[in-house]
Amino acid sequence: MAAAPTAGSALGRYVLVRFLLIIPTVLILVTTVFVLMRATGDPITAALGGRLTPDQLAERISAAGYDRPILVQYWEYLTGILTGDFGTTISDNRPVTEVLATYGAATLELSAYAVLVALVLGVPFGMIAAYRRDLLPDAVLRVLAILAYATPVFFAGLLLKLIFSVWLGWFPVAGRVSTGGEIAMRQAGADSGFMLVDAFATGDPAVVLDVLTHAFLPALTLGLLTAGVFLRLVRTNMIGTLGTEYVDAARSRGVRERRLVTAHAWRPALIPIITVAGMQIAMLLVGAVLTETTFEWRGLGFQLSEYLQARDFVAVQGIVVVMAVVVAVTNFLVDVIAALVDPRVRF
Amino acid sequence: MTAPEIAGGPGAAPATPEHLGGRGAWWRRLPVVRQVRQSVGLQRGMLVAGLVLCAVFVVTAVGARWIAPYGWSQLRTPDGTFGAQQPPSAEHWFGTTVGGYDVLSRVVWGAQTALLVVIVAVLASIVVGVLLGLVSGYFGGWADRILVLVADAVYAFPSLLLAILLAIVISGGQSSMWGGVLAAALSITVVFVPQYFRVVRAEVVRIKSEAFVDAARVLGTPHRRIMTRHVLRNSVRTLPLIVTLNASEAILTLAGLGFLGFGIEPTAAAEWGYDLQRAVADVTSGIWWTALFPGLAIVLAAMGMTLVGESLNDLADPRLRVRARNRKVAGSVAATSVATAPAGESSAAADPKEDS
Repeated sequence: MAAAPTAGSALGRYVLVRFLLIIPTVLILVTTVFVLMRATGDPITAALGGRLTPDQLAERISAAGYDRPILVQYWEYLTGILTGDFGTTISDNRPVTEVLATYGAATLELSAYAVLVALVLGVPFGMIAAYRRDLLPDAVLRVLAILAYATPVFFAGLLLKLIFSVWLGWFPVAGRVSTGGEIAMRQAGADSGFMLVDAFATGDPAVVLDVLTHAFLPALTLGLLTAGVFLRLVRTNMIGTLGTEYVDAARSRGVRERRLVTAHAWRPALIPIITVAGMQIAMLLVGAVLTETTFEWRGLGFQLSEYLQARDFVAVQGIVVVMAVVVAVTNFLVDVIAALVDPRVRF
Repeated sequence: MTAPEIAGGPGAAPATPEHLGGRGAWWRRLPVVRQVRQSVGLQRGMLVAGLVLCAVFVVTAVGARWIAPYGWSQLRTPDGTFGAQQPPSAEHWFGTTVGGYDVLSRVVWGAQTALLVVIVAVLASIVVGVLLGLVSGYFGGWADRILVLVADAVYAFPSLLLAILLAIVISGGQSSMWGGVLAAALSITVVFVPQYFRVVRAEVVRIKSEAFVDAARVLGTPHRRIMTRHVLRNSVRTLPLIVTLNASEAILTLAGLGFLGFGIEPTAAAEWGYDLQRAVADVTSGIWWTALFPGLAIVLAAMGMTLVGESLNDLADPRLRVRARNRKVAGSVAATSVATAPAGESSAAADPKEDS
């Protein structure tokens, strides 16, 4: 008990320092995005150039304030972000925050499914590969993991769609819910943005099933990509812990092989796994953008590619900045979790 | 990357210090050849399969002119137009696209585009990354700290999103063949530079405190010479491994850019990602050939490079290299992955009982 306050404050200091490190990271990211997007000229010319006369363009540009010095705009953009103002989209004239609120849930939902699929597939198979190292199961699983990495997520999505939706007709081709289900949700007043939650709110099993069949292929597509990463991660780290003396000691005490793998070798391997798995959030987001585009899953990624097509760079800037911040914050949380699990990390 | 690429690449030479090359015919000491000889079993199978895939990819890319039956933007022969969305036939083995192009020709020409992008992207990121890492790590100070912070921030940035932003800046999104290749390659470069920077800088920081560097300094060797002769040569050993893994990532990023509409115009060059984007609607109506073939091309190319990269990675760990004389052991040591899994190295270090 006496040691508790010291340990607590050490952890507290670590978390604080790590938290403060987010600030320069996010500042660099926001600045990078701002500079890159402005390097192409002002967003209004990019979006509407050629469709309006030069006079009209100039009028819109000065109304939006894009003719002022770049530093003034930069300052305004920074202070805007701090107050939650990411600007207004040009193509459909909506606040970027509204776009984020509307579509963020869909992306979160898809990512959650994908992580679930990845955990269910990646962790047990990674354990098997580590335990049966250099034997046939390991060889097969490693090649599959490389295949999962080398397959672009949109190609995997297209193949699954072709086989299971178009040829076999088991799953819908695109979207998150059919029109009937959407109407049922609206009548039930459920609009959390998370389709599964809303489907349960209607209380109709048919709607829940409808949502699940829509989600299956996109979740599998993004999940397979992530599962390959998890498998490799679990395998590498488990091989390390399986070779340690305490595993040998446990084996000599007669602990069963299954328990050696799932308890003795697994726990210590967990910390590097958590850390690296958390760092895959960037990969997951990129994968989500491509998966959503493939399946017309109306989330942030789908919206992003729509805005890219429309050359609406205010919206692009807003979505990209938010994704970058999500990555930075997730990495922070992962570090904190790792510190909680493993006291050695706190220095 | 391929066998000739590695042999000729700028970062490759230091990977094979002469004293480790062993005896035998000169060709046995060539980088990749040596590793093939050193590997056994599954390891060798993966490495050879990867090398074969890479060789096919490079031959296709270089020989596209002779292999492809038509041009990448050809719509007609003197006999008439190809027609849109025609299923595979004797004239068009892989069918035709919605735009009326021959799928086989676009797949073959696409290899050329991909190879160009990979070469430009990898070369550019090596040059920039190594230079920054060397100077930053060697001199240290506040500039070093800022560079590390920026590199970490960029490293954490979702890579494809960064590449999209850069593609917008460099080319405004769409462009000619060389413009598009350069835009895509440079977009990918910026994503990769932090990786090379981090690896080289870490090595430089480690090596500059070694006794031989101090000795050189005491002798009055100029900084420039210490940096190039003493530090750089010893810091770039792991680069060929990152190169092979990056090459496959470059192919995937290029395809991702194309898929989101930031690739190269179909009339300027063939690009697999763009073709897949056009195939999304086809798939819904059951047309499989426009998506399958370009997609498979991406998978095979990326897979070949990943297989080579992973195998080289496994074989390259200096702790394992000594053991390579004992073939039986060398074959089973396959756990580490220097470039991809940070935890891998330590797990190998803590895992000395290979022969159990």
